[in-house]
Amino acid sequence: MNLDLLIMSGYGLYVWSAFIFTLFNFFVLYKITSKQFDKEYAKFVKKYNSLNQNQITLANKQSTNRTFVRTSVAHKI
Amino acid sequence: MLSLITEKIKTILISSKFRNLIFILFLIFLSLGLFESLVISPKDYLQSDSVRIMYVHVPSAWISLGIFTIISLLSLGVLIFKNKNFVLISKSLAPSGFIFNLIALVTGSIWGKPTWGTWWAWDPRITSMLVLFLFYFLYLLSWKIFDKNKASTISSYISIIGVINVPIIKYSVDWWATLHQPSSINVLSESTIHSSMLIPLFLMTAAFALFSALIFLMKYNVELIKVKNKGLNRI
Repeated sequence: MNLDLLIMSGYGLYVWSAFIFTLFNFFVLYKITSKQFDKEYAKFVKKYNSLNQNQITLANKQSTNRTFVRTSVAHKI
Repeated sequence: MLSLITEKIKTILISSKFRNLIFILFLIFLSLGLFESLVISPKDYLQSDSVRIMYVHVPSAWISLGIFTIISLLSLGVLIFKNKNFVLISKSLAPSGFIFNLIALVTGSIWGKPTWGTWWAWDPRITSMLVLFLFYFLYLLSWKIFDKNKASTISSYISIIGVINVPIIKYSVDWWATLHQPSSINVLSESTIHSSMLIPLFLMTAAFALFSALIFLMKYNVELIKVKNKGLNRI
């Protein structure tokens, strides 16, 4: 293993901590947003599946609803 | 015609294929950027390897400033045109802007220790970035404590007042005596940074911009699904 990459002329602690802090924040933000997305999406699918045929026809008049439903079908596949 | 275009854009924004494409591009740019900034790019003749912190610090600061400017422009649109989609877009942009501002402050502090000998200084650039962080915090807080209609108006005012701070951050290095150096990258004149450092900086900026786009898309979907869930309740 290349130790120079870790030590970085004595600045390794600063450089690596800055990069790790950045990537850690990316990971946390992605996970939080992803969790929120999954939660709301599951609610949407549950509500949509509980609709009767007339209500589905009405809901499908909105293209965003259709796209979300298509995505849910893709999820199942 | 305009509503058709808006609907088309909305369909693209909520498409999972588009989100996946952004995610793949983010991973590619991040991998290249990390390799360039940690391995390929040279040491600085003065700052040695500590200069590598620039590749996370500078793009984070740029993106947090850019996002706040967009939010304030959209907020102006919210107050003037009462456009609900602008509300959703600004609200979805704020979390990534907030996190990038935090990254800029923390990595700046880490960079300050080996370069200036201190973790923190009440320097104009750092202080104005801290003020921006507080504006981001207030913006997000307003959505937590007020009801939807009130929050939309209050958060819009917060971002419009806060945007006054953006040119102060940009020109703080020219207006006051500061520990920060004047900007090395200029759009209108020649940049004073060498291409061996400009390439990793560009790659990391692209990766960070893609990440903020990804978070924006996910958050926009969350907000839109919330609206749609309420709509399904009413059917």
